[in-house]
Amino acid sequence: MKLITAILKPIKLDDVKNALDAANIHGMTVSETRGYGRQKGKTEFYRGASYSDDFIQKVRVEVLVADSNLNTVLDVIVKAAHTGSIGDGKIWITNVEEVIRVRTGERGNDAI
Amino acid sequence: MVDINSGDTAWVLASAALVLFMTPGLAVFYGGMVRAKSVLNMMMMSFAALGITTIIWVLYGYSLAFGTSQGGFIGSFEHFGLANTINEVVGADGHKIPTLAFSMFQLTFAAITVALLSGAIADRSRFKAWLVFVIAWVTLVYIPVAHWVFAAQNGAGGWIVDRLHALDFAGGLVVEINSGASALALALVLGRREGFKQIAMRPHNMPLVLLGAGMLWFGWFGFNAGSALSAGQLAATAMINTQVATAAAAISWMFYEVFKIGRPTTLGIASGAIAGAVVITPACGFVTPLGALLLGLIAGVASAWAVSLKFKLNYDDSLDVVGVHGVSGVIGMLGIGFLATTAVNEAGANGLFFNGGTQLLTNQAIGIVVIAAFSFTVTWLIGTAIAKTMGFRSSKSDEVEGLDTIYHAESAYDIGGNSNRF
Repeated sequence: MKLITAILKPIKLDDVKNALDAANIHGMTVSETRGYGRQKGKTEFYRGASYSDDFIQKVRVEVLVADSNLNTVLDVIVKAAHTGSIGDGKIWITNVEEVIRVRTGERGNDAI
Repeated sequence: MVDINSGDTAWVLASAALVLFMTPGLAVFYGGMVRAKSVLNMMMMSFAALGITTIIWVLYGYSLAFGTSQGGFIGSFEHFGLANTINEVVGADGHKIPTLAFSMFQLTFAAITVALLSGAIADRSRFKAWLVFVIAWVTLVYIPVAHWVFAAQNGAGGWIVDRLHALDFAGGLVVEINSGASALALALVLGRREGFKQIAMRPHNMPLVLLGAGMLWFGWFGFNAGSALSAGQLAATAMINTQVATAAAAISWMFYEVFKIGRPTTLGIASGAIAGAVVITPACGFVTPLGALLLGLIAGVASAWAVSLKFKLNYDDSLDVVGVHGVSGVIGMLGIGFLATTAVNEAGANGLFFNGGTQLLTNQAIGIVVIAAFSFTVTWLIGTAIAKTMGFRSSKSDEVEGLDTIYHAESAYDIGGNSNRF
């Protein structure tokens, strides 16, 4: 089992969710976050004084998948989140030892 | 009993309510400009000032400001507790209004003027010290200045209006330059906020700032047109002049920013509106609408430039009371010396551009220098006395944590907080 963590543009969140839904992946965790990579921050002006914000608003999407599903899901996310411009985000994958569904106590792939 | 003019009275009563609305408007305007952790403290300073000033006004404020002049310098105690005001009248023949209507109208000026000063010391004043300061400042600075400039008593009243004959229709000296000079003194006494020029202290809520600017713009019609103390030609002139100058400065500040930083900002257009209302405050009853247009265009650019001075000169006038009220107030007062015409107001005078020579301009300049020096000095003395005795400045840790929870046991916003958890 794998955990996919994707840092994405907030505007692409709905596209990613709908694409995953269509690909039969039902369930994700979303959080608002801030950061920077190659895309620089932005500058704002208040009464002529400039304020640089080094961190840009992003969403972090976390999805649990069975090993067999991994590449399909990755393709779906990359395709849905892609705009081609700087700041599209980053995706990484981590190994997951165990997954448990709280309601039923199911474990492993059945709990995903 | 002398007959009152009911039309004039109705307008002054309505104007008093309009001007009263400006102090909550200022609280909203200022509140949006500070950081989220101290917004309630910022707004509370205005509301507390409104309450305290009212009590002072009823007890001795009105009496010392508008009672019979003692040599042109201060009023008397004849109206202590608003004695001898019920069923009395003030105003020119044919335009008599109840003394209490006039007193209420003037009360609202005193309240907003002291509230304006809170912008210079945002995020770092002890609340108790502010309350003491309000009492001392209204008593020792506002009341004498209001007497000098506003208490016309047939040549024997306040010395600036009745002897110097400097013109100030609605408070360029009393409200704008008075608050601007005092704000500078107070900002120097309290010192800079922690992190001034090092960390970003951007306004936490721009829609609030715009709402507050709108409330001030609206209330300013009472402030300026109400100062005619009658519902006639002069009030109408003052009203359209107020609109023209306010709009012109909003646009000129906006274009200044387009040239300077490449973008028109909402804080810029809102600040420009205030600068325009400020510049026309002393002049609205003496100049033509075209004069108001010129003054507004100048004020928007001048104040937009002036607000950057605090970073160069290293004083933390946090919300730019000096740059907006002080600078545009001076321009408005001097502008009268050039643009005033008796075609607008027979009781006024002609400025340099209307064959009046330099006499009026000289009088205006003397008024500016005297009020600025007096306000700065006395405010500095009051502020220093409070700082040395009870302490004026919050502790560093309180300031960093935010004054709302420290002084008021409240916080402005509950986003993702405890009440959303269940």
